Amino acid sequence: MNNEQTSAITKSNFSSSSNLKKYGTLYALIAIVVLNCIITPNFMAINTFWNLSIQVLPTILTAIGMTFVISSGGIDISVGSVMAISAVMSGMVITEMIPALGTSVPMAVIFALFIAAVLGFLNGTIITVFKIQPIIVTLILYIAGRGIAQLMNNGGTIVFSNNAFTKIGLMRIGGAVPIQLIVIVVFVFATYYIFKNTKFGYYVQAIGENGEASRFSGINTTKVLICVYVISSVLAGLAGVFEASRASCADPNSIGAIAEMDAIAAVAVGGTSINGGKAMVIGTILGALIIQLITITVNMNNIPFAYSRIFKAVIIIVAVYAQREKRKS
Amino acid sequence: MGKVNHMDRSTLLELNKITKAFPGVLALDQVGLKVGYGEVHALMGENGAGKSTLMKVLTGIYKKDSGQIIFDGKEMNFNSSMEAQLSGISTIYQEINLIPYLSVAENIFLGREPKKVGRIDWDRINREAEAIIDGMGISLDVKKPLNSYSTAIQQMVAIARAISVRAKLVVMDEPTSSLDEKEVEVLFKQIRKLKSQNISVIFISHRLDEIFEICDRITILKDGKLVGDFNIADITKVELVSMMIGKDATDIMAQAHGTYEAKEEATILKAEEIRDTVKLRGVSLEIKKGEILGLAGLLGSGRTEFAKVVFGDNVHHEGTIDINGKPVKLKLPKDAIARGFAFCSEDRKVEGIFPNMSIRENMTIAILPKISRMGIVDKKKQKEIVDTYIKSLAIKTPSPEQKIRNLSGGNQQKVLLARWLCMEPDLVILDEPTRGIDVGAKAEIEELIQKMSKKNIGVLMISSELEELVRNCHRVVVMRDGKNVGELQGEALSEKNILTVIAQGGMSDSFTAAERSMNNEQ
Repeated sequence: MNNEQTSAITKSNFSSSSNLKKYGTLYALIAIVVLNCIITPNFMAINTFWNLSIQVLPTILTAIGMTFVISSGGIDISVGSVMAISAVMSGMVITEMIPALGTSVPMAVIFALFIAAVLGFLNGTIITVFKIQPIIVTLILYIAGRGIAQLMNNGGTIVFSNNAFTKIGLMRIGGAVPIQLIVIVVFVFATYYIFKNTKFGYYVQAIGENGEASRFSGINTTKVLICVYVISSVLAGLAGVFEASRASCADPNSIGAIAEMDAIAAVAVGGTSINGGKAMVIGTILGALIIQLITITVNMNNIPFAYSRIFKAVIIIVAVYAQREKRKS
Repeated sequence: MGKVNHMDRSTLLELNKITKAFPGVLALDQVGLKVGYGEVHALMGENGAGKSTLMKVLTGIYKKDSGQIIFDGKEMNFNSSMEAQLSGISTIYQEINLIPYLSVAENIFLGREPKKVGRIDWDRINREAEAIIDGMGISLDVKKPLNSYSTAIQQMVAIARAISVRAKLVVMDEPTSSLDEKEVEVLFKQIRKLKSQNISVIFISHRLDEIFEICDRITILKDGKLVGDFNIADITKVELVSMMIGKDATDIMAQAHGTYEAKEEATILKAEEIRDTVKLRGVSLEIKKGEILGLAGLLGSGRTEFAKVVFGDNVHHEGTIDINGKPVKLKLPKDAIARGFAFCSEDRKVEGIFPNMSIRENMTIAILPKISRMGIVDKKKQKEIVDTYIKSLAIKTPSPEQKIRNLSGGNQQKVLLARWLCMEPDLVILDEPTRGIDVGAKAEIEELIQKMSKKNIGVLMISSELEELVRNCHRVVVMRDGKNVGELQGEALSEKNILTVIAQGGMSDSFTAAERSMNNEQ
């Protein structure tokens, strides 16, 4: 009931004027926050904010990666599986299941990210060199990846009690600010900067806007696209590491499940065209927050979890509809 | 064929005063076309002449605004290509419109498979398909999938399909564009066979020799209007070309064009015997610093393909390319750019602009490596470049942040020129630089080309507008069927002489005769 109200509010906001259209994602977020302030008990507490930033980190990291990919005109549906593989990899290093590497926290993180980078490199290479559609190539890794994650530890969850590692995910700066918030801020600024001020950022958007023209402008599209898929994978890997660290375990079955869908949804709600082109970094972040807030709203109001998916769907439809005209003009 | 109208036995198809408008364009303006029984009729015209639109109106894909279609003695108004096919008009496009994964036999009978007790009668399909194919004098396995055969054979299958539906008229839209010479011969054999069975053919091609070899009559369109129809025996190639381009071959006056004054006789580009798998059959040319070299030729003569090879866009080519005297192997456009080359495509939309990006972003995309340090763009320099070129090229826009799609064609083209000029290139390749832009912007761009030459930049200019080439170029190389067949400069550089070389395929005796007659006229 309450959430139906949410969508009603967002809807009326969207259709009012073109200015509302431009800031539609922001208004949607504000609407959900306001609604929660009214209906959700204990929502207006600083702790809610800290928790939100902890919970939203994986979605934001994968959504940032997805912004690069979608901006370049592609898609990466393997990020959830990559999260699982990286999480299990870090767990295996931490619990000395790979004796040669020893138990070392930096080693666990480095190997988890390294394997993610390799997977992203494979994605990008197959897409560009063999000219296979991104959705097919990453679908393969989506299917195989989780299987690989399960096989790495014979399907079981790796539970670990390595303090140094679990501390990463639970670290609070000044006793209050969770490390995740810092990571979010750093990555958001870095991404925004990349798209606004670097050659690479221009190239990614140019390729998404017009691949042929990019080639004729002297852009090595193969190289740029491989980088894009590596970035997406490495960010997914980082998300996996954080998840494993926070939960003190790496469950290959659940880590990163439907993460790819949340990431795509965040980008779509944020206003980056699925056809590629201009990257809306701030939009993506707002989109990720909306997606996560819906989950929180559902959880905190004891609404069956299954509803969250339906509400997410409604938000996506409304947001994409609102931006439809903007893209045409 | 019992229903043939005996009163008018000679005419199978008559199109009268067909008019078709699209928003903003009058694609066909009272166009007529008459095709006799068993006649091979050429439909000629440059791009945008209205050939394809006329054929689409005929076959029911487009609805005509006005006019009359009389086919086989009856007035017809087809609502779909299927209806047209059922009435006896089959179409064969340059891209085969059959299903590649189905067998040859299935393709021949697609949509009208013979049934036996509710099931498709495969035996009969294969048997009958084989009979048709045998009758055409080709040998192939009708049970094999279509895509296991070459394009030429696939075209034969399309013809077989036309025969099997008892077509009275077969429309062939550039059927030879992807065939080699031998395959063209095989196709022509089939066309002659169709003719002997009293089946008519409308043949669209840009290759002049083919028209004169296979066609009986010819209809010429230009800019949506009928120029005329002729017996092929009554028209010369020069006349045909001049009518297609809209220039009267007999009284083209020589126009002023600059002469090349070399400051230093340095060759920027030397290309020798460039060939590719389809279009190019040996192109050689040289461009010097500050020279404006025109590339003339009809559509499909390989001008754009040559330009793209030189710009590193086609790795599958033979021949040698020397840049500034050194042989190079170009793998990507970026290799050519690194050596000082620039390329403005004829297709701004597909190969030029980034529609939703700003003028600033569009203009500086190629120069980014030069104005970035450690991957970070120097925005101050970027802004300087953009401001400079918006001013010097007089680009009309309220702001450099304007999306390029909101600019007029001429201003878009200027932004693309600026993209390359800011790189200070040695050679600029301009493919149809004035296409789709208004007269004022045209003049500005032509002025810009002269300025480039003065700055010692070499220009390779491709244009279908001969007067533009004559007006701007120091020298013009004429291409035909993937080869350079002639070169004109100085006094000899005139529209008429270009036409002559295009038509005759070389600087033959008759060319010098044409030159003489032109000189006499002056």
